Amino acid sequence: MTIRELLDRLSGNRNTSANSACSRLRVVLAHDRSDLSPALLDQMRLEIMEVVSKYLELDYIGSELTLETEERSTALVANLPIRCVRKLSR
Amino acid sequence: MSSPNLGSHIDALKANNCRSIVLCSGKGGVGKTTLTANLGVALAKLNKKTCVVDADYGLRNLDLLLGLESRIVFTAQEVISGGCRLEQALVRHKHETNLMLMPAGNPRMLDWFSSEHMRTLITLLSESFDFILIDAPAGVEDGFKNAVAGASEAILVVNPEISSVRDADRVAGLLASQGTIDTIQLLVNRVRPRMVEKLDMLSIEDVLDILAIPLLGVVQEDEQVIIAANLGEPLALGKPKSPAAFAYGNIARRIQGEDIPIPDINAKHGGFVGRLGEFLSTKII
Ligand SMILES: Nc1ncnc2c1ncn2[C@@H]1O[C@H](COP(=O)(O)OP(=O)(O)OP(=O)(O)O)[C@@H](O)[C@H]1O
Ligand SMILES: [Mg+2]
Repeated sequence: MTIRELLDRLSGNRNTSANSACSRLRVVLAHDRSDLSPALLDQMRLEIMEVVSKYLELDYIGSELTLETEERSTALVANLPIRCVRKLSR
Repeated sequence: MSSPNLGSHIDALKANNCRSIVLCSGKGGVGKTTLTANLGVALAKLNKKTCVVDADYGLRNLDLLLGLESRIVFTAQEVISGGCRLEQALVRHKHETNLMLMPAGNPRMLDWFSSEHMRTLITLLSESFDFILIDAPAGVEDGFKNAVAGASEAILVVNPEISSVRDADRVAGLLASQGTIDTIQLLVNRVRPRMVEKLDMLSIEDVLDILAIPLLGVVQEDEQVIIAANLGEPLALGKPKSPAAFAYGNIARRIQGEDIPIPDINAKHGGFVGRLGEFLSTKII
């Protein structure tokens, strides 16, 4: 980060057109690179939640599955808020 | 032939100590042809025997930018079909004798010209040149693939604009999976320092951050480029009086391996504003 960027951040000056180009590009490139459609991503989210829900009670509304890119690699990032841990009845 | 030898021209390039570089972008109109002409001239001025190959068979323009359109007799078409010898098709530049153009044939070439033909053409050229620059067409279809097939290095040309950056990313992926390209470098063209300063244009850092491809050089938006195109005399021919002309010379020297730093376009103003700009650009994290 440069001093200019720090000042921009502190002054809330983040919605310049260059900044919005940057953030839109990051999102679209993550999808381009992985070749995953939003629909497929959502289906994956629901299936992952199904598996995890066997062990934990999850917050369906607040959960999300997103793609993030760093350098030329892309990661799948799941954010699944936990309501409570289920007691395993075996 | 069951499987064509994808690396035959690579062996020839190595044996002849010749480098074949494709200029590509995905998106059209970002400056590939202008750069091919100018970098060709600039490399020739550095005493490198250079051939610029027009691989845009649908919309050829390289001849015009070099001012050689009236000197074309034969083209790549006749070379491949056996209608002439290689030397008969090559057009020498009027002022820069180290520079030759391999012209594109007529647009019907789109129907039959293949990657194998391109490899054959490059193999032939590798015997006579130090550098081959291939001007690729826009898009990612066959014409692009044929152009890339002849190269072992790529210069990815991008404008600091959202759609250009996205397309460049796609092309970078295709180049990486193509197999014979071992070096990809980024060239950011048509940068407007004023707009970058106002944070209304992606900065070089933004583009590098997003694409994560090593930077070869930066060329500013420069109206002299258009005047030079009108005259058919690439800016790189003259003294580096304008920002773009200066950049072309530096980029050519970087291509041949010299370690020339890439100037920061937004730190060039002298005085207080410049120093303030430099201070604000200091890395703190
Ligand atoms: N640095 C520059 N400053 C100003 N104008 C430029 C610059 N570089 C290129 N141009 C202009 O941009 C236009 C497109 O350039 P050019 O034909 O080289 O692009 P291209 O990538 O080869 O296009 P295509 O994809 O159609 O083959 C031309 O009008 C050219 O003069
Ligand atoms: Mg062109």
